[in-house]
Amino acid sequence: MAKATNTELIELLGEKFGEQLFDVTEPYGFLTFSTHKDKVIEVLSFLKDNGKINFNFLTDITAVHYPEKGQIAVVYHLHSMVSGIRARLKVFLHENDPRIASATVLWNGANWMERETYDFFGVKFEGHPDLRRILNMDDLGVHPMLKQYPLEDPNRVDKKDEYFGR
Amino acid sequence: MSNNQPVYTDNDPQDGLVTLNLGPTHPATHGVFQNILQMDGERIVSGVSTIGYIHRAFEKIAEHRPFYQITPLTDRLNYCSSPINNMGWHMTVEKLLNIQIPKRVDYLRVIIMELSRIADHIICNTIIAQDTGATTTFLYLFQYREHIYEIFEEICGARLTTNIGRIGGLERDFNEVAFAKINKFLKEFPVALKEFESLLNRNRIFIDRTKGVAEVTAENALSYSWTGPLLRATGIDYDVRVSEPYSSYQDFDFEIPVGTTGDVFDRYLVRNEEMWQSVRIIEQALEKLKSEPKGIFHADVPDFYLPGKEQVYNNMEALIYHFKIVMGEIDAPKAEVYHAVEGGNGELGFYLINDGGRSPYRLHFRRPSFINYQMYAKMSEGMLLSDAIINMSSLNIIAGELDA
Repeated sequence: MAKATNTELIELLGEKFGEQLFDVTEPYGFLTFSTHKDKVIEVLSFLKDNGKINFNFLTDITAVHYPEKGQIAVVYHLHSMVSGIRARLKVFLHENDPRIASATVLWNGANWMERETYDFFGVKFEGHPDLRRILNMDDLGVHPMLKQYPLEDPNRVDKKDEYFGR
Repeated sequence: MSNNQPVYTDNDPQDGLVTLNLGPTHPATHGVFQNILQMDGERIVSGVSTIGYIHRAFEKIAEHRPFYQITPLTDRLNYCSSPINNMGWHMTVEKLLNIQIPKRVDYLRVIIMELSRIADHIICNTIIAQDTGATTTFLYLFQYREHIYEIFEEICGARLTTNIGRIGGLERDFNEVAFAKINKFLKEFPVALKEFESLLNRNRIFIDRTKGVAEVTAENALSYSWTGPLLRATGIDYDVRVSEPYSSYQDFDFEIPVGTTGDVFDRYLVRNEEMWQSVRIIEQALEKLKSEPKGIFHADVPDFYLPGKEQVYNNMEALIYHFKIVMGEIDAPKAEVYHAVEGGNGELGFYLINDGGRSPYRLHFRRPSFINYQMYAKMSEGMLLSDAIINMSSLNIIAGELDA
């Protein structure tokens, strides 16, 4: 089957969702777009079930913390094995109350990926069947990948970031 | 603690079930895996997987390290085939920086990556045989993993956690001894692999223990985001080397073996056939190297390729570059990039967000072992305990990659 192009996909998504999809870019040829958090399952299931594009494979779910914007971005990597293209969907959540619908209704594989994201970023996936920590211990108390938690003892004076040009 | 917590001592005399802790350090699990199983006699009723025993916070550490200091972290993901991880990471950075790699370097990398794939599959397949009671086959084939490590030793000086290569290419060219060892390996390994197959492929005991065990449908495998030999055993011909060729894999002629039922026997057959294909790829790569200009082993990117030690000690410019690179003082573009390679267990992805600092803003590893393992407890339901052990061996879950 011929490889679909990002342009075709953008047109198709534009027709269907219009303003609901924004920030459409193609860094290194990797189609990237964002949506609102209440639209996420609608967008994902459209991508998954549409016969033309058929993003049947969930490659990954992760998150990124942007403390200066006060946001956590949940990032979905999808792959259409049939047409051979990948897409990245980002949903920006407020860092104080990161809640989003769970993708486990669409893919079984989302289960542990979402548990990992919850464990490290504290994103609460609503409707997840078993949302608890996966790699860290249960009574850790913090979500360690958030940027406010330093890697090392912040009181050390010999390893300040400013000495390393950052 | 929530209600979903696994219960450790719940031997209710009324239901006749027994709680069994399989792991975390049981010798049959080949790694740090804990599964708390509810057993009805020999049969598993339900199970809960607990992971994270060797979690080392690589993603957090990576946010505080320059690019070169992340390579040793990738070693420790799937430590059975660390060169693939190293090169996957270097290729991610090269993609970020738009570095063009000479063909000869690509072919040298392909040789190393395919050798690692063979090493990885040797471990998995011999362990399956070992767990069915066939110790002979394990010892026969396992010595070839040692020969592969000797080749790595010749190329980079290390064996298991190789830290092989540089951004832009390799640290040094293959020497004559390395080529001689590769040629010797290519001559001897097929003989041993043939012998290994003839001991197992039509072995009645082996087939009885593996055929029809832990069958997985293609739909289920896709829904659980399986990749690699496990997905191919269910009949889906997805291989990153073909669907998105990296490191000039498009120049090679090889086949993707697929299975039909996705059971343990099919996974074993797929891995065996992949070893044959890897041998084929290495032979082609050696052939292609003959027509490439000699002595090229890295791209010309002085800003990111570490200068050789003899230059660092004798040449001021090289010393300055060495320090600049090690300290991460050189700007990389602000961008995000995802790069996937076909690891021993499936699609190994690197999702890198760079904000122009000396270390990544965010680096996420898409680890095939982590994603492949989550079906295990579900699959085990209704299975005999002895089958569940073989099933775990055939999933080839590597604890380092599982827990990152």
